[in-house]
Amino acid sequence: MRFVVPSNQAKEPDMQVTMTINGESVTKECEPRTLLVHFIRDIVGLRGTHWGCDTSNCGTCVLWVDGEPVKSCTILAAMADGREVRTVEGLEQNGQLDPIQEGFRECHGLQCGFCTPGMMMTGRWILDNNPNPSEEEIREGISGQLCRCTGYHNIVKSIQWAAEHPAENEVKA
Amino acid sequence: MQTPAPLADYVRATSVADAIAQLEKYGEDARLVAGGHSLIPMMRLRLARPEALIDINDLDELKSIKVEGNEIVVGAMVRHREVLDSPLLFEHYPIFRECEKVIADPVVRNRGSVGGSYCQADPSEDLSALGSALRGSVVIQNSTGTRTVPMREFHFGPYMTQVGDGEILTEVRFPIRPGAGSAYEKVERRVGDWAVASVGTFVVVKNGVVEDCGIGLAAVGAEHFCVPAAEEFLIGKAPTEENLEQAAAMAAEGCNPSSDQRGPADYKKHLAKELTLRALRRSVQSSQGA
Repeated sequence: MRFVVPSNQAKEPDMQVTMTINGESVTKECEPRTLLVHFIRDIVGLRGTHWGCDTSNCGTCVLWVDGEPVKSCTILAAMADGREVRTVEGLEQNGQLDPIQEGFRECHGLQCGFCTPGMMMTGRWILDNNPNPSEEEIREGISGQLCRCTGYHNIVKSIQWAAEHPAENEVKA
Repeated sequence: MQTPAPLADYVRATSVADAIAQLEKYGEDARLVAGGHSLIPMMRLRLARPEALIDINDLDELKSIKVEGNEIVVGAMVRHREVLDSPLLFEHYPIFRECEKVIADPVVRNRGSVGGSYCQADPSEDLSALGSALRGSVVIQNSTGTRTVPMREFHFGPYMTQVGDGEILTEVRFPIRPGAGSAYEKVERRVGDWAVASVGTFVVVKNGVVEDCGIGLAAVGAEHFCVPAAEEFLIGKAPTEENLEQAAAMAAEGCNPSSDQRGPADYKKHLAKELTLRALRRSVQSSQGA
């Protein structure tokens, strides 16, 4: 389902927003009320970031703003103007998957895949702040995100796998 | 799908003075946005319909945690995560870390701000219970100057505070009490939820007697998040189990919770007593004079 403004409310976009997304400067028009998740998915066209509960609970829309994970359904695109955004598409560097992505593949860290982008973005951040987290620290770190398939077990294992297999010259946004 | 109602304008404030000038320009239909993690959900539900948003995320002057005289000063734009991680706050009051650990979740704590939490004034706000327990105060600024309001006079009721049109809460101040022990107890349905009931306390024990104490309660209908009678009972008495129990019972008696999806009123009252007792016990244990 796409983000569509009902026709009776449709109006011309009325502000210009510029942000760095995965290292590239992007300028687009949107309304002041546009949520960042819709800006990224429907205006910029990066659909890796998922749109879930709309109530700041599920965390599938997590991306980074200025180096920190944020639930992008709870921030306006305008608030990210001039900031650095990193989405799940920005995990891969020069054709190399990030260890967190490899971890999810190795450890079967997803079934339906809906929560995966948010889980990976938070997982990457957990490891950037604490390269050797305990299981408890990982579980606490992803506690603001919901997975209805895995019971979290394999997600925790995937993040642990990534901790054990750091990339050389890891690139951080 | 929930998208906020159309917004006429969005501006970035460059200083506190600029934020106040912008508030005055847009009038009562303007709102400040800090982390946005209360306001934007309210806007999506159309419970808030501001015409203009004034973003104060760039105001570095509101981002510090420091000691001034005998008070700890926390800037309005300090994020929950910074409160959780602050060695300074933990050194004086472990309650800060205990309380923050059960506020929302790590990703939300990255954005949510101290000033935003106080101004949202949710009746279940954990920081409000903490602020009332510690008898803190807030500093409110407008174009004519600043005023300091005790936390226990800050709320008019749910979602209503002393911050008026054209005003900004700039900092929250907490008195330093050497030797104080403190603790926070919360029961929630699941991680990150609002409290079913929560209680924060501090106790200063000197020469075997409670010299000072504070009890703050959230989500249980305690006026101004406190029950002063319970504190007055305990001050000057020995921190025996019996006295702590009596104070906890008085605290619960002073609450007026409502039954809702988080539980029936009598259960919340039971929690108010039990959590007060647990928090008081641990505060007494960690008070350096105990």
